[in-house]
Amino acid sequence: MTDGLARLAAALMPHLIIAPIVLPLTMACVLLLLKEQQHRTKALLALLALMANLGVAVLLLIWSTQGSQPSAYGVYLPSNWDVPYGIVLVLDRLSALMLLMAALVALMAFVFAMARWHKAGAHFRALFLIQVMGLNGAFLTGDLFNLFVFFEVMLAASYGLLLHGSGPARVKAGLHYIAVNLAASSLFLIGASLIYGVTGTLNMADLATKIPLVLDVDRPLLHAGSAILAVAFLAKAAMWPLNFWLVPAYSSASAPAGAVFALLTKVGVYVLLRLSTVLFSPEAGASAGLGSAWLVWGGMATLAFGSLGMLAAHRPARLTGFAVIVSSGTMMAVLGLGQPELTAGALYYLPSSTFALAAFFLLAELMERSRNPETADQRAPEDEEDHLPFALAELEIAQAANLDEDEKALVGRAIPASTAMLGLAFICCTLVLAGLPPLSGFIGKFAILSALLQGPEGASGVDNTSWLLMGLILVSSLLALMALSRTGIRFFWTPVGRNAPRLRVVEYTPIAALVALCIGVTVLAEQVMTYTTATASALYPPTGYVNAVMSARPLPTPTNAERLGTQQPEVSK
Amino acid sequence: MEIVMAVAIGVLTTCGVWLLLRPRTYQVIIGLCLLGYGVNLFIFSMGRLAIDREPVLQAGIPATLQFNSDPMPQALVLTAIVIGFAMTALFLVVLLAQRGFFGNDHVDGQGDAE
Repeated sequence: MTDGLARLAAALMPHLIIAPIVLPLTMACVLLLLKEQQHRTKALLALLALMANLGVAVLLLIWSTQGSQPSAYGVYLPSNWDVPYGIVLVLDRLSALMLLMAALVALMAFVFAMARWHKAGAHFRALFLIQVMGLNGAFLTGDLFNLFVFFEVMLAASYGLLLHGSGPARVKAGLHYIAVNLAASSLFLIGASLIYGVTGTLNMADLATKIPLVLDVDRPLLHAGSAILAVAFLAKAAMWPLNFWLVPAYSSASAPAGAVFALLTKVGVYVLLRLSTVLFSPEAGASAGLGSAWLVWGGMATLAFGSLGMLAAHRPARLTGFAVIVSSGTMMAVLGLGQPELTAGALYYLPSSTFALAAFFLLAELMERSRNPETADQRAPEDEEDHLPFALAELEIAQAANLDEDEKALVGRAIPASTAMLGLAFICCTLVLAGLPPLSGFIGKFAILSALLQGPEGASGVDNTSWLLMGLILVSSLLALMALSRTGIRFFWTPVGRNAPRLRVVEYTPIAALVALCIGVTVLAEQVMTYTTATASALYPPTGYVNAVMSARPLPTPTNAERLGTQQPEVSK
Repeated sequence: MEIVMAVAIGVLTTCGVWLLLRPRTYQVIIGLCLLGYGVNLFIFSMGRLAIDREPVLQAGIPATLQFNSDPMPQALVLTAIVIGFAMTALFLVVLLAQRGFFGNDHVDGQGDAE
C-alpha cells in the first residue's frame, strides 16, 4: 500500500507541495459564500477539506522519505521565477513531519468542534481553515518575507478563533494577545528588513550561502537583525519572559481553538530550528551557532517557569497552558544544543507531546463542564467563570439526580462510565506529558536524556549545562506529574455529589483518537525514531536543503524561453 | 536626508513604544499605528535612500542598483502596510468589544486606574 501511495505522490509532485496551502484557502472561500445557517453543509465541507489536507500531508511525508539521501527535497516555484528572486516553497522531512502533525491535530479539533462549538459564532469554519493554511504555509515556505505573510495569516485567523464564542474573558485575553503579537510582528519586519539590508536576499537557502561572505563591518548589523527576528519567534514559541500572554489567551479560548493553538507555539519552535540550522550552520563562518546559548538558557528558564506554573494552576485549561510552555521550553533548550542525536529525540518528543496537549485542551473543557459549581471563596483568584455562548444549564443535570447517560436513576454506582472514559484519557495524557512509561512521552524524554549523557561527538564527559538541563527535564516531569495527578484527583475522585458529564461520541472520539495517536507513536517507536534521526541528519549540515533550493530552475514557458535559453534550459522536476 | 529619516523613524518608534505601554486601549492602538509607521519607514530605508532613481528598468539606463533603486523593499513595505492596516482594523473591533463588556477603556478592564 505504501508503494502505491508513493507512486501516487510521485505522480502528483511537484504540484502537491502547494496543495496544503491552496486546498484550505479554496474551501474557506467556498464556505464564505454559503449562508451561515447551512451548518450541516458547511461543517461537512470543512471536514472534507481537512481530511483531504491530512491525505496530502501523508502523501508528502511518504514522498519525503524516498531515495537513499537523508531527505528528499521538493522545491516548488509558485510564480515560476528564478530562485533567489521569486517565492519558493520547500518540502523536506522536517516540514513533512510538521505538516502531518498539524493536519492530524486540526482534524481532531474540528471534529470536536462539530459537536457544538462551530455554531457558537460566525465564520468559525472558514477561520479554522485559514488557520490551517497559515500553519501549512509557515512550514513550507523557503523565504523570510513569505514566512512573515504566512505568520500574519495564521495570527489573523487565531485572533478570530480566540474571540470565537465571545465573553469578557476572551475579549480581555484577546486584546492582550493581539497587542503582543502585533508588536512581535513589528520586530519580525525590522529583523527581516535588516537582514535584507545587509545581505540583499530573503531566501533562506540563498542567505545560507551569503552569510559567510558578509563583511566584518556589516556582521554586527546582521547579528542584530537576526536577534530581533528571533525575538518575534521566541515570543511565538513562548520563551520566558516573552510568554506571559500565553496562558490567559490559551486557557480562555474555546477548546477546539485551544487545541489548534497548541500548534502555534510549535511553529515558533519549527522556525527557530529551521533558521538556526540553515542560516547559522558551522559553514556560516563567524556567524556559526549564533544565539544557540540564548536558546539553551532561555529554554531552561521557560521549562522552569512552566513547571512552577503547572503546580500553581487550578483550572485544567490553565494547567494545559503551562504544559504548552513546558513542552516548548524543553524543545528550545534541546534544539539550542544543536546535536543531531538530541534533535532526533526532540523531534520524536514533539508530535507526541503536541497530540497530548491538544487532547488535554479538549479534555479540559469536558472536565470543567462536569465540575461541581464551586463557591466564590473556593475558587482561585485567576479562575474566572467560563463563559459559554450556549445555554450550558440545559446540558447539566441537577446535582442530586444521579443519572447515567440513559437518564435512568442509579443507585450506588461509584464512577459513571463517562467519567471513567474521561479519566482514562486523562491518565494517558498525564503519562505522555509527565514522560512516564509506557507511553511515548517516556521514549521521547529517554531519547533526549541518553543523547545528553553521550554528549556531543568527540567530547569527553558531560558538561555542566547538559547536567543542568537533564536535572530540569527530570524535575519538570516530576512537577508535571504532581500537578496533573492533583487535578485528576480533584476532578475524578473527590467530587461527592457528582454530575455525570454527558459525553457525546463526536466529542469523545477526537480525544480518543489523539490518545490513540500517542499510543501509535509508542508502538511504532522504532520507525518514528528512524524517521526523526534521518530528519535530524538532513539538518546538520543543511547542504542538501541549500543545494536543492539553489539548483531549482523555473519551468520553460513562452515568455521566459529567451531568458532561460541563456542559462541552463534544464526543467525542474 | 539620512539624518531626517533616522530621526523620523526614531521619534515614531519612541512614541509608539511609549503609547503601547500606556493603560488605555486607545493609546495602545495609536501606539501600534505609530510603531507600524516607524517600521514601514525602516523597511523602506533598507533599500538605501536615493533621489532620482526609479525602481523601474528603462531603456538606455543600465539595470544595476547604481542607476535604479531597489524595488524589493518597496514591494515588502506595501505588503507590510496592507497587513498592518488590516490588523489595526481588527484591533479596533476588539477594543470596542472590550469597551462594551467592561464599560471602560482600560486594557485590563479595570476602570479605576486613573
